Amino acid sequence: MICVKNVSFAIGQQAILDDINVDIPKGGVVALIGPNGAGKSTLLSLISRLTPVQTGQVFVDELRIGKCDNTALARRLAILPQHNSFSSRLTVRDLIGFGRFPHNRGRPTAQDHSMISDAIDLFHLGPLAHRFLESLSGGQRQKACVAMTYVQDTDYLLLDEPLNNLDIAAARGLMQVLRRMAQRDQKTIVIVLHDINFAAAYADHLIVMKAGRIIAQGAPHDLISQKLLHDVFETDAPVHLVEGVPVVLP
Amino acid sequence: MVDKRVLGLMALLVGCAALYLLLGTRGNWEFALSLRVPRLIGLILVGVSVAVSTVLFQTITRNQILTPSIMGFDALYILIVSIGVFVLGGVGFATLSDVMRFGINLVALVGVAVILFGTLLGQARQDIMRMILTGIILGLFFRSLSSLLMRLTDPNEYTYVQAYSYARFNRFEDSLLTISALLLGLCLIAVWRLRLHLDVMALGYEAAVNLGLNMRRDQIIGLCLVAVMVAVATALVGPVAFLGLLVVSLTRSLIADDRHAILLPCSALVSCVVLVSGQTLLERVLGLVTPLTVIIDLVGGTVFLWLIYRKIPA
Repeated sequence: MICVKNVSFAIGQQAILDDINVDIPKGGVVALIGPNGAGKSTLLSLISRLTPVQTGQVFVDELRIGKCDNTALARRLAILPQHNSFSSRLTVRDLIGFGRFPHNRGRPTAQDHSMISDAIDLFHLGPLAHRFLESLSGGQRQKACVAMTYVQDTDYLLLDEPLNNLDIAAARGLMQVLRRMAQRDQKTIVIVLHDINFAAAYADHLIVMKAGRIIAQGAPHDLISQKLLHDVFETDAPVHLVEGVPVVLP
Repeated sequence: MVDKRVLGLMALLVGCAALYLLLGTRGNWEFALSLRVPRLIGLILVGVSVAVSTVLFQTITRNQILTPSIMGFDALYILIVSIGVFVLGGVGFATLSDVMRFGINLVALVGVAVILFGTLLGQARQDIMRMILTGIILGLFFRSLSSLLMRLTDPNEYTYVQAYSYARFNRFEDSLLTISALLLGLCLIAVWRLRLHLDVMALGYEAAVNLGLNMRRDQIIGLCLVAVMVAVATALVGPVAFLGLLVVSLTRSLIADDRHAILLPCSALVSCVVLVSGQTLLERVLGLVTPLTVIIDLVGGTVFLWLIYRKIPA
């Protein structure tokens, strides 16, 4: 379980997060949604220790962020940041191999190699395995990065707007992989999404944020309504049920 | 098992070194070698320090067109010389023992590096850019101070400052060689132990944190090592602005392998080959008409412009 206790965050005088308390239970896909500037990415980067916690506490199981050993945390929790810019020339296979670093400290074993090969098959990256990252499209690179976090083999996976720059096929493909990881491998996937329809279709649980606070959470079916869109996003978009899933019409 | 490319470069370096030691020796062998062996050792120490510190610096800053001289190290070295000449007088400074000068240099350079890292201890992400900007501003500040001191210095004394402000590859003091070799050896052990972490650091801040690296600790260790190695190189030969950029860029295009276990030894070897063969050419063929630095800076400057030009999309 990820526990966020009394977390506030400010940049200069500007409060970004205001006394956040939330528990994210183990297992399933949890989506963070909310308007631009609500503090979703900040909350995610605090949980993933990319930004140091200012006030409050964040726990991943028994590990306290900022106090626990970094390697121990890297075996428990993986992050897929919004932007990845690699300065070294890497092949897809090299990149995926780095996902095993928390386990092997840079000295890969036979078991690591077979896990990397499995991930390449699972993500259909076989034909690209020996291509350099800079020669790939944004979507292909994104897939390679997800494969890297997959071989990191952690209980928790945090993704910050992973659907940016992906076409509909790639976006659906990625969400299906995440669903499968959550269901089959009992992983906890926490994901920041902009597209409410994707959140409604693939998440088990939604956390809605606005102006640095959590204002609602629950199952997509119970949560997404015209009123919520009006209150949170300040827009009057119609919501319809399609095959039991709420769909927001643009 | 040693990589083939490392072995090949090693063989090349041995060849260059043999050529340097043996080409054009006349008369007493022992005498010739007693002059040339220390110089060869000096060249190799400088070559290794410059190449390894540049690779380390480029990995930490994640920028392949930077060298430690951007942090104001070279400017600080000239400032130390200027202060020395101003306070002690030219003759006084020249009679200072080499070990003393080396010690002052080392303390000042590492000290400034630590002050620079102070800026690192703030926020996590923009740190490196802030540090580089601090370095550029400090460099400018050191240069202005030096030129102020030079204006206040007797013009005759000023020639001493000039003599120390250009890299000189022609003479090395034995006492300095021993200390440098010792310090560099310790640095190299530390760098080698850090090599797998450096591979991860090259993936970027977010990815490295994700993989469990203690970024701040590794960055500070890395930058301290850079400071010591730059101090070793400048104490031995003076500022060598473009050598690091030149040899590391050359190595990257030669081996196309960014793993530090390969990149570090290859850069060090390429750097030594460039220095030793360049010095052989100058001493034996061109008869010392131009200093080696002039050529290195000319070629290095051209490579730098080419690197920048290449990054600009057409």
